[in-house]
Amino acid sequence: MNGELLISICVAAIASGTSILLPALGEILAERSGVLNLGVEGMMLMGALFGYIADVETGNLGLALAVAILAGALLALIHAFVTITLRANQIVSGLAISLFGGGFTAFIGKPFVGSVAPAQLERIPLPGLAGIPVLGQVLFTQDPIVYGSFVLVPLMAYFIYRTRPGLSLRAVGESPATADAMGLSVISRRYLYTLAGGALAGVGGAYLSLFYTPTWIDGMTAGRGWIAVGLVVFGVWDPWRAMAGAYLFGFVDGFQLRAQALGSGIPQFFLNMLPYIFTIVVVAIASGERVQKRLGVPTALGQPYWREERT
Amino acid sequence: MAAASDEGMSPHPATGHLPGTALAMVGIDKHFGEVLANASVDFSARWGEVHALLGENGAGKSTLMSILAGLYRPDNGQLLVDGQPVVLHSPKDAIKHGIGMVYQHYRLVPSQTVTENMLLGLPGAPLRLDTRRAARDIEELSERYQLRVDPYRPVWQLSVGEQQRVEILKALHRGARILILDEPTAVLTPQEADALMRTIRHIASEGRTVIFISHKLEEVRSVADRVTVLRAGRLVGSGLDMAEMSARDLARLMVGTDLPGRIRPRPRASGAPRLTLRRLCALDDRGLQALRSVDLTIHAGEIVGVAGVAGNGQRELAQVLTGMRKPASGQVFLDDIDVTGAGARQMALAGVAHIPEDRLGEGLVGNLPLLDSALMKSYYQPPISSGPFLNLKSAVQFTRGLIARFNVAGATPRTIARLLSGGQLQRFLLAREMSMQPRAIVAVHPTRGLDVAATHTVQEWLMSCSGEGCALLLISEDLDELLQLSDRVAVLYEGSIVAAVDREEADRERIGLMMIGSYQPDQVAV
Repeated sequence: MNGELLISICVAAIASGTSILLPALGEILAERSGVLNLGVEGMMLMGALFGYIADVETGNLGLALAVAILAGALLALIHAFVTITLRANQIVSGLAISLFGGGFTAFIGKPFVGSVAPAQLERIPLPGLAGIPVLGQVLFTQDPIVYGSFVLVPLMAYFIYRTRPGLSLRAVGESPATADAMGLSVISRRYLYTLAGGALAGVGGAYLSLFYTPTWIDGMTAGRGWIAVGLVVFGVWDPWRAMAGAYLFGFVDGFQLRAQALGSGIPQFFLNMLPYIFTIVVVAIASGERVQKRLGVPTALGQPYWREERT
Repeated sequence: MAAASDEGMSPHPATGHLPGTALAMVGIDKHFGEVLANASVDFSARWGEVHALLGENGAGKSTLMSILAGLYRPDNGQLLVDGQPVVLHSPKDAIKHGIGMVYQHYRLVPSQTVTENMLLGLPGAPLRLDTRRAARDIEELSERYQLRVDPYRPVWQLSVGEQQRVEILKALHRGARILILDEPTAVLTPQEADALMRTIRHIASEGRTVIFISHKLEEVRSVADRVTVLRAGRLVGSGLDMAEMSARDLARLMVGTDLPGRIRPRPRASGAPRLTLRRLCALDDRGLQALRSVDLTIHAGEIVGVAGVAGNGQRELAQVLTGMRKPASGQVFLDDIDVTGAGARQMALAGVAHIPEDRLGEGLVGNLPLLDSALMKSYYQPPISSGPFLNLKSAVQFTRGLIARFNVAGATPRTIARLLSGGQLQRFLLAREMSMQPRAIVAVHPTRGLDVAATHTVQEWLMSCSGEGCALLLISEDLDELLQLSDRVAVLYEGSIVAAVDREEADRERIGLMMIGSYQPDQVAV
């Protein structure tokens, strides 16, 4: 494999990985607050479709992203209401929402299938930085959303570990009864972070429909939402590790796309499968021990909180 | 005591407020579903006093105080702090009014450090976490109240006593003027409990109010200025002067009748070795060494009590002996048969009965009818089953028998287990274990959370079993219970048996020191 090809795969890896990184970051927030959101796939599709529709109707990229955020958050609001307020099972609600998101967007998106997004995200090489050999080419010839994610990861890590609201967030997911007794509202925090998670999933979806494959196709997220959920476990609820996991997926994805383009003779469907198989293997190996010992899992993950519950 | 409030005790003409009164709760009602937890309860406490809230389990003490701490909303009733009516919508409001509560189940985030726990939810602080300054504050505060903790340690590494200190510091740090302690001594060693009593007096001497929830008469008498007694959710004694109350008076108020007589010590019986542990080692769930080479012999008819601070290997010991955990090394003999590593069913068949710590987790199934729980240890045997089929008729009959055995009032084979009280559940569980005709019994905290009558039943049962020749391993946090029932008391510390002392030689002081690992026995009797 020559250097130029490797660099082009790496550039693609970051773009592909970003579409998973954003939802994974959102899921970290939600799960850190104790809400397991399995509806990420559906929320990504909502963001992808409604971002795309807004783009087609207005040609305004900023507006399209805002709509995508709202669409993801709106679906997350349903999940939040059902699981936080009504205290229903988070797994069931999440699965239902993913299925709903898939069906609903396929239905609404019918007339839009096949066209190309009029206003697309553009790569903007950062002056100066992009000139750095290899690293600059890989990291700094990307689009604004990728740059945004570069800022978001350290910001979120700092937020979670080093700030008061971050401390409260962790407490709510670890021991809601404690947080409550300390005068923190468990309910409002869980709502907030579940919505934030949905919003980030929405952006991740729109990233696909406005940049990565700038069009709308049914089910175009192709399981990326699920990969994001898996990466959160792989990343032990840590933004940096989730980033590493996302780029790993992206790398294999970029590799298989290039392999298809170059005509490797390997069947296309097998190549399509690769990033997913790879993720399963990596998650299984990397998290086996941690999952067994339940290290890093927010203790109250998946458990509804009700102050007057008597145990 | 409470000197400041003893002068000029006439109510304010307009508000009816007595000077020196810190808080008043008037006509508090609280239901949980069908259950009446508080029925028009009045409660008031003065500044600078230690006020005990006494009552049996389920008397409504914790509920009443959780209302004061803003955790529960009362159905009816009024709250006054410093004579001003207040409405508490959440614990946040309570904190604002200077009310802090140390719950029985600590409100600490185990994965976070002491400092982080302290900072949690503190109002008006900047965005950034200044852990260093907070740690200094904690050190100052812990110096002042003699509540030593390491601010940088994560909470899960702390002993229960240390965690309690963090809880008290947390409340004080938040400016609590009214401090509520819910059963604070239940999990402490005698030495820790003494230190806590000194701290409580110190806090009260600063003019703060300490409300002390307990069902232990002796400690209430030793520390409190006044006492309020609840029984079955109702007020039976309000703000009584402790100096004028005898232990007997308090007991009568608390229970409604005279206390059932103490279990009489019986002559020491010692038959052949029944349950023998040799160099037994076991790992805990995290793969760390939980039992270190435990040697212990329990004879037929003997009761061996196991004392120790929670988490020193008690759980693993009980699990190994009941077949729920495989030992890492060492041997277990029942009579002369090697049962090392036998599973739960084999152990039960071999004659080891189990009164688990967690009645509704390991003992009975909360969401299923009693019938199902009754069959769990015998479903595969005739007459309950024939082949793969259950014989429902004999199963129901069997369950009825169990219910009748200990008079589980109001229960039928179809009753859902979790709807029963702790005492009813424990009686039913005993009946089931009895039906196995055990030769040895492993009882873990068998009276925890039970009222006086149920405690009495359980203790009598344990004694009668030993009278019939059963070997009994009694793991308990209640030192009084251990000293009262056991022939010998063994102390577990960090997975080792520090000593096994005869009842006659066992005293609280010495056992307490062993429990915290600071007693050097000159000889170890095993």
